[in-house]
Amino acid sequence: MRKKVIFRGAALPYLLLLPQMAVTLVFFFWPAGMAVWQSAQREDAFGLSTEFVWFENFSDLFHDPIYLNAAWNTVIFSTSVAALALGAALFLAVQADKQIRGSGLYKTLLIWPYAVAPALAAVLWLFIFHPSIGLVGRAFAAIGVDWDYRVNGGQAMAMVIIAAAWKQVSYNFIFFLAGLQSIPASVLEAAAIDGARPMRRFWTVVFPLLSPTAFFLLVVNLVYAFFDTFGVIHALTRGGPGNATETLIYKVYVDGVQNLNFGSSAAQSVVLMIIVIGLTAIQFRYIERRVHY
Amino acid sequence: MASLDIQGVTKSFGATRVLHGIDLAIHDGEMVVIVGASGCGKSTLLRIVAGLETSTSGAVLIDKVDVTPLEPADRDIAMVFQTYALYPHMTVFDNMAYGLKIRRVPKPEIRRRVQEAADLLSIGQLLDRKPRQLSGGQRQRVAMGRAIVREPKLFLFDEPLSNLDAKLRVQMRAEIRSLQKRLAVTSLFVTHDQVEAMTLGDRLVVMNEGRAAQIGTPMEVWSRPADTYVASFIGSPAMNMLPATLAEGGAAARLADGTVWRFTDGARPGGEGRAVILGIRPEHLMPDAAGLAVTIDLAEPLGSETVVHGRLRDGTALTARLPGGIPQEPLILAPDLAALHVFDAADGKRLDPA
Repeated sequence: MRKKVIFRGAALPYLLLLPQMAVTLVFFFWPAGMAVWQSAQREDAFGLSTEFVWFENFSDLFHDPIYLNAAWNTVIFSTSVAALALGAALFLAVQADKQIRGSGLYKTLLIWPYAVAPALAAVLWLFIFHPSIGLVGRAFAAIGVDWDYRVNGGQAMAMVIIAAAWKQVSYNFIFFLAGLQSIPASVLEAAAIDGARPMRRFWTVVFPLLSPTAFFLLVVNLVYAFFDTFGVIHALTRGGPGNATETLIYKVYVDGVQNLNFGSSAAQSVVLMIIVIGLTAIQFRYIERRVHY
Repeated sequence: MASLDIQGVTKSFGATRVLHGIDLAIHDGEMVVIVGASGCGKSTLLRIVAGLETSTSGAVLIDKVDVTPLEPADRDIAMVFQTYALYPHMTVFDNMAYGLKIRRVPKPEIRRRVQEAADLLSIGQLLDRKPRQLSGGQRQRVAMGRAIVREPKLFLFDEPLSNLDAKLRVQMRAEIRSLQKRLAVTSLFVTHDQVEAMTLGDRLVVMNEGRAAQIGTPMEVWSRPADTYVASFIGSPAMNMLPATLAEGGAAARLADGTVWRFTDGARPGGEGRAVILGIRPEHLMPDAAGLAVTIDLAEPLGSETVVHGRLRDGTALTARLPGGIPQEPLILAPDLAALHVFDAADGKRLDPA
């Protein structure tokens, strides 16, 4: 139960709220408002004149094949990252949950990647996948696979997916492990006595009981893949080769910072903002309705 | 239905020995209750029978077939857990049908058997509910139902009543007993509650520190406890234990204050002066002018009778169950000499007339 604090007068509570409100206003509402405002404007290349164009930036966007390509890339990228990160984490959590020697050490090691900065993680993967100096890159060359992510778009996409998923596995792992540990041992024993083999036990008892955790993680992973993977992509491929690994968030950066097309970049930001609001809404709705067994 | 044989089962966790060789043969259709204080190894023994733990040595035979190396799934047993261990995400119907589905029983047959078991336990109207929508007693019934539908060779009960309130516990106890008799399933029931043990079991196994202190029918265990542990564990309030020495060549016992009680069933071996412990159940003490003076510490009136907790002159605690209301001091009590139990003071074993 939460303790209810009663203030005398209205001044103190407002005063206490002020810092947070100020931070939110300055770092969220103001830039968000600016983005919305800018998304309805068009500026010439030298920044000398600005024109109010209503929704023209958006309609241009949705007719731009490069933007649609980025959107498609994002779909591929996010679903793959979420699937890979969730699958790998679930597998590792199930293994770590078994009674094995040194399970504490495994758990600690599996949580480490989360503490690695995105750019560092990317460099790490670069050293692994680089066609001429990378461990895996050379191994591919040795068995005759034509591996070069710098020219092959599909290979580049695979690499950023692996690198981005790897970073998220730790986070998912912690949640899955906690979920597994909250399943009473006696329920699994009852299933064993009922005749269920380990695989069947997993799919009919463990997995359904983990599904609330899995759903929560799915949304978190999608948000991560949408918005937090800029660093990995930037360090690994810079959206290339061509536009093969350019996702929506990366394109915002390219158009806004590199091409200085503020109107379009702002419009793209607004689109992303709407997506994140949508995902957050799903999350909140879900948390409110969360099934407690 | 089947017999169960436990042969020389031991269990060690690292250097700690929790079971020191248990031998037990349970006949077809019999209900045996394992009773003991917590930590005596009774749950471990049950889990070894279920296959959830592996024994360090010894064998478990179901229907004369050695199942020691088999997985729980292959032993054809059903177990009711203390926490019920229902599958939280399944309805009552699915909970009960789970084991049958795994065994590929045809759907109509599953429906029939689940319905039958549900009617037997009067939970027929709950089949669509999830476990969290049920009360403790209803969950208990579902757990029972899940065991019944499987029609296993053996029922295992791991303290299934200890999470219920007192009234429900008494009711479920009677239901389990009548159900077990009706279905005639060989059953092993673990409990720490001696009343449950006495009322449920065809036979009892009283366990103490990893050993079977006594195996016998409830009346045998109650009337002829094998040692002081069994004597004080079975029966409520617990049996009084008075230190004494043999007198008159073993035909009587002399208490510390010099009182001499003659045995009615013959002399004990060991001769004059052997240190013994005399056991007297509280209900076998009655007011008698020729008895021991007792100072009353506490009297608990139960209506038809009163439990008196008192002290002898030398400070030894004594409990008596006396008919009627709270008695007046001075209270002089003497035992029914025919109901006296004699134990060896050194190892606590029962001493019978030679």
